[in-house]
Formats: sequence, structure tokens, C-alpha cells
Amino acid sequence: MSGALPVPAPAVFPETAPFWEATARGKLLLSRCEDCGAVIWYPRPLCPACGRPRVSWVEASGRGSVYSFTVVHRNAVDGYREAVPYVVAYVELEEGPRVLTNIVGCDPEAVTIGMPVSATFDDTGHGSALFRFRPA
Amino acid sequence: MDDVYVLGAGMTPFGKHPDRTAADLGAAAVLEALDDAGVALADIEAAWVGSVFQGMAMGQRALGDGGISGIPITNVENACSSGSTAIWDAAMSIRAGVYEVVIALGVEHLTGQFRGAFTPDESDIEAQRGLTMPSVYAMRAQRHFAEFGTTTEQLAAIASKNKRNAALNPLAQFKKPVTVEEVLASRMIADPLHLQECAPVSDGASAVVLVSKAKRDQLGRGRAIRLAASVLKSGRKEVGLPEMTFEDLTHRAAEEAYAVSGIGPEEIRFAEVHDCFSIAEALRVEGLGLFPRGEYPARVVKGEADLDGRLPVNGSGGLLGKGHPLGATGVAQVVEVVRQLRGEAGDRQIPGAKVGLAHCRGGKAQGVEGTACTVNILTV
Repeated sequence: MSGALPVPAPAVFPETAPFWEATARGKLLLSRCEDCGAVIWYPRPLCPACGRPRVSWVEASGRGSVYSFTVVHRNAVDGYREAVPYVVAYVELEEGPRVLTNIVGCDPEAVTIGMPVSATFDDTGHGSALFRFRPA
Repeated sequence: MDDVYVLGAGMTPFGKHPDRTAADLGAAAVLEALDDAGVALADIEAAWVGSVFQGMAMGQRALGDGGISGIPITNVENACSSGSTAIWDAAMSIRAGVYEVVIALGVEHLTGQFRGAFTPDESDIEAQRGLTMPSVYAMRAQRHFAEFGTTTEQLAAIASKNKRNAALNPLAQFKKPVTVEEVLASRMIADPLHLQECAPVSDGASAVVLVSKAKRDQLGRGRAIRLAASVLKSGRKEVGLPEMTFEDLTHRAAEEAYAVSGIGPEEIRFAEVHDCFSIAEALRVEGLGLFPRGEYPARVVKGEADLDGRLPVNGSGGLLGKGHPLGATGVAQVVEVVRQLRGEAGDRQIPGAKVGLAHCRGGKAQGVEGTACTVNILTV
């Protein structure tokens, strides 16, 4: 359930710093290629569709639906070991990409494929937040 | 280009070997393969050695213990396809006419290194979501359920089949058949995958001696098996839409293997595929074109993939039953195909097996569909 999941600070690199800074303000950014128009996930400096470097940031609506999910019952990693059962999911954003995330704020057994969800941000306390999703 | 033949095969028992080292296991597999091939240590001209978590110079350590040194030795890491990538490298050296007798070894010793499941690289932007390898495949299973009506019971039947086959394999980690009900009663790991649907942590090693046609004619003794195709592919870049129920990577490797060998999927008599999880077996054989997309789990329930079925899958027990010492897995699959084609598979022998396929696929890295995938096709 929400709050039970750990909120460790992510590893931030120069090319992903704008992304993580935005999460601290409650914004989910996507990359878009200025040349071919592809909406790119995960963010990176070269467009994986056309290979060109003119990639800019666009703000996502934060709305989407559950593409697939699982209720995790066992994880040996500290923090998650104690958090089970929790939901790992791919959420398909309105803008197209499918992002790997958690569904929080509801009973894990209530999650279904196709369920509408919206982004929520768990502050890491280090100038970033982990984007997760809750039922819309 | 020269034809390539498997002349010798060796494999340690898979399972927990806390009292043995990776080098010791590797040396045992090498010596058995050399003995099986009837070649001497000094005949080996070059070696490729696949492992994932064994650290630097695994090949030199294992081969040194086996009495092989001084020759070109290349260590190969390609996630779970490390061992089969070693075969691909070794086969290429013969096809190119550089060598005539080479060895490919796969080795892994995981006991004491890992307890639970592997987790993704923490530098990935999607890390820190509590993703485990079982949860990756659990999400693929949920999509297979939603798109094709696959059920939990059908996936459990895949695991039960492989554990049943493993009970017929003296080298397998699991010796007891497991019923569908027992699979479903085992602990839930990541819904819908139960403990019995996840490959175990294993130690083991396996090796094959590959030779040219000239050497086959000189040494073959009628036991050489032709490596009709050996193909390696890596995952394509994903722009943002990971495909969950169809494996482009497996499909591309298979299509090339069918084209190279001139042997189509309808001619494959049996297959060893990378069943790291129950659902994985379905995704593999559907990607290979051996069963229609979406239908495999239901067909397993009908017995089509049993040892006496239309197209036996993982007659060795697969990763689920035989065990999964990562670097050794891809070589062990080829060892099994060789033994089936020679008629040396004992209680799990598939009658009249003339053409077999081995599929190995490993790893997940951010932004690509999968790390590496190999398809080997072998014939008598």
C-alpha cells in the first residue's frame, strides 16, 4: 500500500537531471524528438527512433491506464522485502509510452488491466521524487 | 564456409554444489566432453567460455584445472545467453576456417552468491520500483491472460511437464515429479507465478567440442551431430512501447536460423527453450513459430509438448526442472539436443529424433527488448 514502499533517491546523471528536478515539482517529463516527432521513453540524449540528437522535454499529463501489472509477494531487496505485497505495473501514458512504475493508494487485489490511473510523486528528500500512479 | 559438427558433449549434474568451485565444475565438464569426442587436451586449438557472475578469467581458471592452457581463451558474458554465445563464437571460428577443433564451455556457481531473484541495474531510470525478474515475467503472463485467455492452471501445466521430464534426467536439479495442483499450492512469488514456476538458483557446467567437417571425417566415429545453424541476435531499441506477448528478438533469431539451415519450423522434431519461468516457455515457442501465437499453454494441457507429444519441449526438464546455472544453461541445452539426436537420452529419449532446436535468451537492459538470444539447430 502507499507509504509502505521505500523511497530511495535515484541515481541522477547529467542527461536525466532535468527529469528528476521536475519530479520534485510534481511534473512528469517525457522526451520528444524535434526531427521525427517520436515520444521517447526512457529519456535519453539521442532519439532511439531516428538517431538524431535534437531531443527536447515535454510535460506529460500524468494520466494513463494500467497496461499490465503483478502483485509482488516476494523480494529479497531491503525495503521491498518488508513492503510485500505491492504492485509493479506498466502504465500506458496518454502520450503513448509505457512506463514501469508502482500502483499505490488502493488494495493490490483491486488493480486490473485497463484501470485509469494518474501520477503521484513520492519525495525522496534529495531534490527528486519517485513517480508512481494511483487510481484516477 | 566449413560445416560445423558437435563431436563431444559433457555436463555436470546441475543443482547445489556448495563443496565445489566453478573452476572444478568447468574442468569436469571439459574433460567429459573431450573424452566423449575422443580428442586429447592437446588437440584443442581455442576455447570460448561463458559465465555471468564468476568474475575475471573464468575460462583460464576452469580450463587450467582441466589441463588446457596457452591457447586462445575468450571469456564471454551475454547474460543468460553467455554459454550459447560461446558456442556461436566457437562455431564461427570453424566456419571461417581458422580452427578445426575448439571447445565451448559454460559454467556458473551461484550457491552462496544469490538467495532470491535477480534485480535490474540500479542506474536505470525505472529502477527502485521493486521490480524483480519474476515480476517482469508475471506482467507478461497477465498480458497473455488478457489477450489470449490463458489461465493460471495452463501455466502450471508447463511447470508440471518440465518437472516430470526432469525426474527422468539423472543430471537434473529436481528429481521429483510435481503435479499441477502442487504447482498451484506453492508459494506465490509474483502473481500469477508460483515458486514452482520460477527457475531455481543452480551451480553447474557444460561443454561441447566442435570440429570441422575434415576432423569429423577423421574422428567422427558416427557420433558427430551437425550444427546446421548457430545464430545470435540482440534486442532492438525500444522507443517507449515494450511488447509483452510477442518476442521479436526470439522471432528474428529463429527466422535466420531457419533460413541458414534450410530447415523450417515444421521440421523441428523437439526443442529445448529458455523456460526461466512457466510463461517464458510459451513466449519462446510462440516466438520461434513452433506453436501458434497465444495457443501454447492450452496445447500443453492437451499433451502436445510432452515427450510423446507432437513437439516435445524441454524434455531435459528445462531450466525449471534441470536447473539454471546461468552461463552453463545455453551449452547444456545443446548437450541435451546432441544426446537426443544420438539416442543417448535414456528414459526421456524422444523416438526417431533427427532434428532438434535449442533456444536461449537472456537479460533485460533499459531501452532494449532483451540482451541476447541464440538459436541453434542440430541434425543427425
